[in-house]
Amino acid sequence: MLAGREGHATQKAMQILVALGEIYGARRLVKVSSVQVSGVSYKNLGDAGLQFLDELARDGKARVKTTLNPAGMSLTDWRSQGIDPHFAEKQLEVIDAYRRLGLEISCTCTPYLAGNEPGFGEHIAWGESSAVAYANSVLGARTNREGGPSALAASLTGRTPLYGLHLRENRVPTHSVEVEAQLKSPEDFSAMGYFVGRAVKDGIPRFSGVKRASLDELKTLSAALASSGGVAMFHIAGVTPESKLSGGRAESLTFTSHDLEETVAQLNDHGTPDFVSVGCPHCSIGELATLARLLKGKKVRKEFWVCCSREVKRKSDELGYSRPIQRSGAKFATDTCMVVAPIEDMGYRVVATNSAKACHYLRNSGLRVRFLTLEKCVAEATRGVET
Amino acid sequence: MKLRGRAIYDGRADGIALVSSSPMSFYGGVNPDTGEIVERGHELRGQSVKGRVLVFPYGKGSTVGSYVLYRLRKNGVAPCAILNAKCETIVAVGAIISEIPCVDMIDIGKIKPNAEVKVEGSTVLLR
Repeated sequence: MLAGREGHATQKAMQILVALGEIYGARRLVKVSSVQVSGVSYKNLGDAGLQFLDELARDGKARVKTTLNPAGMSLTDWRSQGIDPHFAEKQLEVIDAYRRLGLEISCTCTPYLAGNEPGFGEHIAWGESSAVAYANSVLGARTNREGGPSALAASLTGRTPLYGLHLRENRVPTHSVEVEAQLKSPEDFSAMGYFVGRAVKDGIPRFSGVKRASLDELKTLSAALASSGGVAMFHIAGVTPESKLSGGRAESLTFTSHDLEETVAQLNDHGTPDFVSVGCPHCSIGELATLARLLKGKKVRKEFWVCCSREVKRKSDELGYSRPIQRSGAKFATDTCMVVAPIEDMGYRVVATNSAKACHYLRNSGLRVRFLTLEKCVAEATRGVET
Repeated sequence: MKLRGRAIYDGRADGIALVSSSPMSFYGGVNPDTGEIVERGHELRGQSVKGRVLVFPYGKGSTVGSYVLYRLRKNGVAPCAILNAKCETIVAVGAIISEIPCVDMIDIGKIKPNAEVKVEGSTVLLR
């Protein structure tokens, strides 16, 4: 592959993997069973990224199951989302390049809810920081935090350098977090992740004092830890599969009810929301069931996006959850989300969301944010615009 | 003087050193159309990387930075070589996809601003 006998794209991919392997001291490459590629939104890729993908697509082909991160818009309903046609054209070119490369066009940050669910101990190469943390911590699969090109390189060769979190000895906790706060909702887990990520940076925190955690709570915790810090793996005593791993010295910290209150306060800017969005990371079927119940018979009076994968949306159609959601005027945003869509260019100023991760990135895009529970997001959307 | 390092992307280049003692972010830090360094507060702000042997300790910031290096190359305003104390993912991937000679594991403190530098594989010659 490195000599170029299997084509230019494969050779480039192998050069990237070998160089990364050398930098990080990998002894060899290891076969991967699954890849998740980040770098899909045209907002982040720009023309350069598009040109690079086009070049690779001339002779490159995915060798393992590979899914994509969210795009900058819904691939089918971008017109009703108010997306600029020039942006849409470029975004569709990006998707077309990925399609020619043989990737599955399911644009989601929760591939593990959409048919790309690796098993315990499997080596994988995932981009998308929240999915990386979820895969390592909750599924027990093994991946480093890949960037767009390095994940794509793994897909085109079926391999990744064996270092970092692929090795058991690097998966032990570096920090021990005593949770004193009472966690009452997924949003509390999100706030805790935001607080702890900032404190441990790219460390591996091990939480204790959390009795149980639902899929939605683990999903939003993963996202928050990876956005304020660079966390790629965490453990929860008695909950996650590798929480008994130990070795080395772990630094101690606590998460108190005061820390929780303060983090929530820090995630709230002033202003009345003109845009409400849930589904960062993309909604699970359980969250859609809750939304259907909360929105039944109501009307939203603000732009309200429900972000999820196509697969989960399909399931929701079958189970009858989609209808009450859509009847309320809320819009499904499949293939995309409020973070990667160019909503700051669409005239919105203050976004209400139930995700600390979304708050973090929306602020970077120059928007103001309100961090609310799912229930309060629905209340905010249905109560109308203050005058 | 001759410095020996590790070739991240093997190649040859001749140029004048542009030296930063602080890490560099390409995404948001360098204008991909002009090659100008635009990062607020950066010691090289206002200077152009075009055609220079760009010397800095390591890269930082978003992984999208790799694509910025690629875009610099396509726009004809890329550095002719990159020298790092310790290369990381963003710069390594960027150099490889853009085919910019890149060497790390050298003592970049030995390279004076505006020095004439010749890069040959893993060897860096200073004149």
